[in-house]
This record gives sequence, C-alpha cells and structure tokens, in this order.
Amino acid sequence: MYKPKIAVTFSSEFKNIIMPTLQELEETVVQVRRDIVRMVHKVNSGHPGGSLGCTEFFIALYYEVMELKKTFSMDGIGEDIFFLSNGHISPVYYSVLARKGYFPIKELNTFRLLNSRLQGHPTTHDGLPGVRIASGSLGQGMSVAIGAALAKKLNGDDHLVYSLHGDGELQEGQNWEAIMYAGSKKVDNLIATIDRNEQQIDGNTEDVMSLGDVGAKFRVFGWDVIELKEGNDIKAIIQTMKEAKSRTGKGKPVCIIMHTVMGNGVDFMMHTHAWHGKAPNDEQLATALAQNPETLGDY
Amino acid sequence: MKKYIDQGKKDTRSGYGAGMTELGRSNPKVVALCADLVGSLKIEQFIEENPERFFQVGIAEANMMGIAAGLTVGGYIPFTGTFANFSTGRVYDQIRQSIAYSDKNVKICASHAGLTLGEDGATHQILEDIGMMKMLPGMTVINTCDYNQTKAATLAIAEHHGPVYLRFGRPKVPNFTATDQQFEIGKAIVLSEGTDVTIVATGHLVWEALVAAEALETQGVSAEVINIHTIKPLDEKALLASIRKTGCVVTAEEHNFLGGLGESVSRTLTQHYPVPQEFVAVQDTFGESGTSDQLMEKYGLNNKAIEKAVLQVLTRKK
Repeated sequence: MYKPKIAVTFSSEFKNIIMPTLQELEETVVQVRRDIVRMVHKVNSGHPGGSLGCTEFFIALYYEVMELKKTFSMDGIGEDIFFLSNGHISPVYYSVLARKGYFPIKELNTFRLLNSRLQGHPTTHDGLPGVRIASGSLGQGMSVAIGAALAKKLNGDDHLVYSLHGDGELQEGQNWEAIMYAGSKKVDNLIATIDRNEQQIDGNTEDVMSLGDVGAKFRVFGWDVIELKEGNDIKAIIQTMKEAKSRTGKGKPVCIIMHTVMGNGVDFMMHTHAWHGKAPNDEQLATALAQNPETLGDY
Repeated sequence: MKKYIDQGKKDTRSGYGAGMTELGRSNPKVVALCADLVGSLKIEQFIEENPERFFQVGIAEANMMGIAAGLTVGGYIPFTGTFANFSTGRVYDQIRQSIAYSDKNVKICASHAGLTLGEDGATHQILEDIGMMKMLPGMTVINTCDYNQTKAATLAIAEHHGPVYLRFGRPKVPNFTATDQQFEIGKAIVLSEGTDVTIVATGHLVWEALVAAEALETQGVSAEVINIHTIKPLDEKALLASIRKTGCVVTAEEHNFLGGLGESVSRTLTQHYPVPQEFVAVQDTFGESGTSDQLMEKYGLNNKAIEKAVLQVLTRKK
C-alpha cells in the first residue's frame, strides 16, 4: 500500500526579519528576481513571467503583511496562512519561502530536478515547509482557502487566510463556485488577490476569453473589492494589503485586483505572455542578471 | 452454512446518517459538508445538533471538495456528502490534486451508488467510481453492504488518517450484520465457510451472495462467502487463504466489471495463485431507468446471477 512521504506536522526554525526597511525589502525583491531567472534557466523549464510579476507581492506578504510563527506547522493555528492557487509561479514562491528561512536557500538549486522537494508545481507531498496544498491544476485554490478560513473561525483563531490567483485562472468555473460561496456565507477572514497581468499562455486574457471587469464581478458576488493599480510597487502593495486587512471581519470576503506587469524587472520579459512558461538562454540570463545585481547573495 | 437473519430492511445511507449523528456527539473535529442533498444523505440530525459544524455548499461539488481540503488544514475531519456520481466523476481532478496528492484527511461519502439508484437513470447511476477512486494513490475505498455496516464504517473512517471513499446506496436492503460490530478497514469478513467455491462480494451484492450460497447448498455446492467491504487496501491474505482451499472464485459487485472489485481480485490471483474466476458485474454499459430490483435483474446483479456464475466457474475448475 502506498504511503505518502510526509509527516502530518513538520517544522523548521526560521529567522524573522523584524521590521525590514523599504530598502531591505527592495533588495530582497532584486535577489528573488535573480533566484527566479537562475532557477528556471538551470533546468530550462518553469514559469518566470508570472513569478517576476508577483515578486513584490510575495515579499510584501511574507516580510510585512502576514503574522507568521517562527516554526511551520501544517495547521497554521495562531498565524496567518497563505495559499498559492496559480501553482506554476512556484519559482517566486520557493525563493521567498527559502529567503524567509522556511528551508535552506541552497535547496533552490534542486528546482524541478529528480528527487527534489521543489517540484515543478508546489506540493505537500515531499514535506516542503511553507506549503499546505498542492496546486498547478488551476482554479482550486480559492475553495481550499475558504475551507482553511472556515477552520480558523471554528478554531476561534482570528488570524487571516491569504490567497493568490492568476487572472486567466478565473476562467476555471470552480472559482465562481468559490466566489459565490465566500460572498454568500460571509467568509470575511479571507483576502484573495488576483494577479491581473492580463496575460495567459495563448495571449492577452481579453482576446483568449475576456474577463472584463473582474472587480465588478467579485462585487456582485458580495465581496469587498480593492483595486491596486501599482501592483509592482512594494509600498503600494503593503499599503493596500493593510487596507484590506482593516476591512476583514465586516461580513464580506476581501478581494484585491492587483494590476501587475508580467516579467517585471527583466526588460525583455515585460508586457508579454512570451515568457509565461519559457526559460532564458545563457545570454538572456546574463542580461536579466545584469539588470538585477546581486544583493543578498546568490544561492 | 451459517445463516443470517434480515433484521428488517433499511437503506445504507441511513446507516451513514446514524454514524454521522454519533460522530457529531463523540468527535468535535468531525464536520459535514453537503451539496444540496441533505435529505438524501440522511444527515438532518447531525445538522440539528451541530449547526456550526455543517457547511451547505449548494450545487457546487468541486468547491465542496476544495473547502473540505482546506478544513483539514485547520485540523478538522470533513465528511463530504452527495451522490456517488457527483462525489467522484464530477470532481476527479479536485480529489486528485487538493485531496489525494495533498494527503488531506477528507472522507468522501457517496450515496446512491450504482444501478439501485433506480428511476433517475444512467446520468445518476455511476458504475465507474470504484475504479476511479482505487487508482488514486493513498485513497482507501470502502463499499458497505447494509445499514449496520455503513454506520460502523462511518465511525471507523473518522479514526483513520487519510483520504477515504465510502460508497453506499439508496434502496432499503436487508440489514443482517451485527449492530455492535467493530469495523476494521482492510479486513475481509468470511460470512460463511465453504469448500467448493469462494464468492467475494461487496456492497448490496453481499446479501445476494448469501442467498445464492443457500440455494447452492441445496444443490450440493459448498460456497464460502466473503464480504469485502474494503476494496482498497484489499485483504489479499484472506482472499488467497480462501481461494487456495476452494480453487475458484466468483466476484460480485454493483459496478462495471472494468475497474471494480473483480479486477482487483483478478490481479491478486494472477500474481499469486491463478484460478478460474467469473464476474458478476455490469458488462461495460450504462444503466437506465427502472426500479432497483428490475435493474439488478436485467443487468445480472442478483442472487440468481451469482448462482449461475458459480455453476459456470465450477465447470472450469480443474
């Protein structure tokens, strides 16, 4: 009989940078960008575009916004928890988790390799601290985040659940079941962020399958919606997330429509879907790294 | 052969409901979800006693599976409830990624499985669910035979860590197993000992197997009847012990013969002790409207079909 490799609960001590300065956050962003392009380049596969577009969001979330415990446990009781629904942007997720101290930074070197905990798409299967659900097959993360938010309410835990979703991912119908549920049942301890980069594999979202006014759609389903125009400005993200936090507990789930630039920080990857799931070659890597000089030390 | 008494017909889904009521009182971590089929799943009492631990998700099964996965993160033991068709085929990828691959402690409880759902017809009569669920790594697959066993299984799966598919049905059928039974996941139950043939049955076919064995006895055939409530993990040891004695086997299930109990038994035999086998199962077709009894008759899933299969397998026995 098959036995999963994971334990029910596992933990690892990690360092918590208390009150980082804006400069420290921005340096971390640059380092994470380097990690992303180096990881994807090494195995000639993976998804750099969406990862780069959400780098500032991840840094803001993990270094500024979420209240996190110093050890990781699956149940996440007594801390804020996060679910990544668009699992293909695993490079940014792994880099930020490692930089935050959930697992050794050098493990980024194993991304997408045989026997690695850093699978192409995130999984709990191999016991990687920081990850609480597998994602990759799109459209499932919001339901999971709702379940975790309901569990927090049952547990009398007033911490929040955060989630991130691609905009193209909203074409999956399960999202709308989840959006309807959260609005209808007043799941008001959930902050779901939509990465509105307007790109998906086959092109612009509005050409492939128009999403139209995403915020309006959430609103009519009973959500409190905040538009974040500067989705790659770390200060704006932090400010918006804090605003979102202040709107929780008021009978509505909170949605942030975060307008980002896919491939942000690497000029030739910006404003195009071309780098959704494509790795840079040696020359392109050198260009990308030159635009993002080493700050905290490469893995 | 050992005789079993029908204590009065009851539906297996009511056994689930009774189990949930008991769990509601005994295990504060158990929560129930339902996709607009509370009455069909018989969980009214659980809801009345534990309104805060019940989540009505509406007609949105994919979302229900995801919410269940999320609830486990906070330490809860979610029991999802809907028809077997909507518990599996409709949400296969949600179960695969968010529950099975993520090793989430979700109990997928599925009523109205198979042909005995009756008049609603083929759109609702899933005959492929055991196959789909048993192929998922880490998934435990249980198909109970009567009210008492379904109640016992409901209690038992709450104590088991890991995803479980619990399959039961709609109609009232003989309730013949013990009221105070301990349900042991993965443990076959030899209901009646015999020497000529082993009948391995699951779900509603277990009672039919007992009836068939009785009729066979009058014809001088000694049948051993095994109740396989857990299809995965399969109790290969018990199965092989019986088959080494009898030398042939008939499997009986309310499921397609592709992907069901019969195939699991076949694989075990082929690997360890090949003997002739006959399959009492649906022959790779969809169902249709009709009463439960009419359908079981037409598709060859009753005691007469089992009896016939036994006589057939005996002619092939060396």
